[in-house]
Amino acid sequence: MNLRRLLAVWHARNLEFLRDRSTLAFNVVLPLVLVIAFAVIFGGQPRGEFDIGVVAPPGAALDVRLHPFLGTRFVDFHRVEVPELDAAVRKVERHETDLLLDLRAAPRYWVNTDSPKGYLAEKLLLESARDAIRQPVSGAAVGYVDWLLPGILGMNMMFSCLFGVGYVVVRYRKSGFLRRLSATPVTALEFGAAQILSRLALSVGVTTMIYAVLALLVPFHNSGNALLLFVTAVLGATCMISMSFMVAARFLSEELASGIINLVSWPMMLLSGVWFKLEGAPHWVQLASEVLPLTQMLHAARAIMLDGAGIVDVLPRLAALAGMTVLFLGIAAAGFRWRAD
Amino acid sequence: MKPALEVVDLVKQYPGVRAVDGVSFAIAAGTCFGLLGPNGAGKTTTVEIMEGVTVPTSGRVLYHGEPLGRRFRDEAGIQFQKTALQDFLTVRETLQMFRRLYPRGRDVDELIALCALEQVVNRDNRKLSGGQLQRLLLALALVNDPQVLFLDEPTTGLDPQARHNFWDLIRAIKAEKRTVLLTTHYMEEAYFLCDVVAIMDRGRIIAEGPPSRLLKEHFDDVVLEMPREEFPGDPSTFPLPVLVAGDRLEISTADVEQALRALLDRGVPLRQLRIRPRNLEDLFLELTGRELRT
Repeated sequence: MNLRRLLAVWHARNLEFLRDRSTLAFNVVLPLVLVIAFAVIFGGQPRGEFDIGVVAPPGAALDVRLHPFLGTRFVDFHRVEVPELDAAVRKVERHETDLLLDLRAAPRYWVNTDSPKGYLAEKLLLESARDAIRQPVSGAAVGYVDWLLPGILGMNMMFSCLFGVGYVVVRYRKSGFLRRLSATPVTALEFGAAQILSRLALSVGVTTMIYAVLALLVPFHNSGNALLLFVTAVLGATCMISMSFMVAARFLSEELASGIINLVSWPMMLLSGVWFKLEGAPHWVQLASEVLPLTQMLHAARAIMLDGAGIVDVLPRLAALAGMTVLFLGIAAAGFRWRAD
Repeated sequence: MKPALEVVDLVKQYPGVRAVDGVSFAIAAGTCFGLLGPNGAGKTTTVEIMEGVTVPTSGRVLYHGEPLGRRFRDEAGIQFQKTALQDFLTVRETLQMFRRLYPRGRDVDELIALCALEQVVNRDNRKLSGGQLQRLLLALALVNDPQVLFLDEPTTGLDPQARHNFWDLIRAIKAEKRTVLLTTHYMEEAYFLCDVVAIMDRGRIIAEGPPSRLLKEHFDDVVLEMPREEFPGDPSTFPLPVLVAGDRLEISTADVEQALRALLDRGVPLRQLRIRPRNLEDLFLELTGRELRT
């Protein structure tokens, strides 16, 4: 091996990498984004051993002044608003919350008689609220697989939608294929619609196939309407493809487009609840996650599959997806460029 | 009769450079018009404005007396100088896709035969040779059976055999009375195919007309060519204009006998002497004062 030759090639490659600013920026920015995102999501106070929902009188803080039990250490108390009471009870039924406590009048609590952690949380409660009114509920825990499945399928769709359109459109532009199409009667709208429909059919088709295979191989929970779930998948995929088309509407560099799409996809993967719930994350993070298409799709899909939600329940989520799709396509159509120069 | 295409006072201003500077010309229906010029002359910008893919700063382009519109889009065929096609599609699939973009057009099999693509019809676009790709691009430009055809340097990079083959195709299209706008760096090609040529330099048209007429207007002499090494002594002392171009030497004269006598008097051997008429490349040098840039 000749060291001089090796160093010459090494030096040239370093220059190439350092001068490709978009790739360099991506290599620097992505790890930073990941570390910061994880720090924000998982930072702050250590998680308690038990998760207890509390319905409190208006304006009351969740502390010992309201009830001595709220001073118990190593327990996470989270506020439950009155309109959310039914949903909170369902969480107790599914073992997602260990106990639900209503302190608006005489203490009243819901506990799942099948839940080991619920049993222990109840023991703790009764230490300081012996005469609390018991509302027993029952129900099997939602397995992690049941909860994770929509996330995994959604994530797969997200990558397929984002990279299958954005990267390809930029490549078409850079190679001059778009310029050639611009000399035909094809409009930007027709071209965009063709790209979206092609990827939509592929993405939803593949996801449906995987879902069917998994249904045969891995027993998982779906108490909702399959057609509504399919509609949710179609709307979610359309929204994410439109988002990718918007990113690709003007860019000329495949590397830059790839970097931007990565920058979009990673936060979605972290903040949309693919792998874990965001309930322990700061409130503003949870709010921010609502603007992500994957969040809307996963919330709707999980509500359908795990809670048996109907069209009325998930309509706000589906409307959000449709609204974002229109917004993304509008921006893409306004800024679309056929040529690379 | 209105011209098929007409450009009027066309201007295209980019930051710091006026690529097209008040260009006007007209192309009669059924003729082949050649737009010639060195790199940077503004011919590609002019053609792209005429194709409707670049917006001019000012000026107009008319198609049969009307601004470019739907009719032009349906009736124009365009072959860009460089066009990448979709990977993994065969020649036939590519032609079928483009054919479906137009309401009317030629049959795909007819195009395959016209452009001699039979041997590669099932071949992936990526595996075509330069000549095969150019023939496919021409077929794509013809897919809507265009009344006006734009060909931007269609034979650049082709070997002589492929280039002559391409010329035959263009002549066949010309025979169908289609209007053709051709840009090329090959003066021989322009002379062979074009009824009218316009020479552009620095964003302006500096000469326009049928090639034979332009040559007649600008030249009344011929060129005697020989290797530089055959000419003894300093060429500047020769009584006729002499141009040294690399290892060649060119003498311009309207009186061949006088030039031959002067060469023999100087003791120049005539065995490698070649006498040729003036061509478009000479006209280029005459008008632009530069070598033809490729």
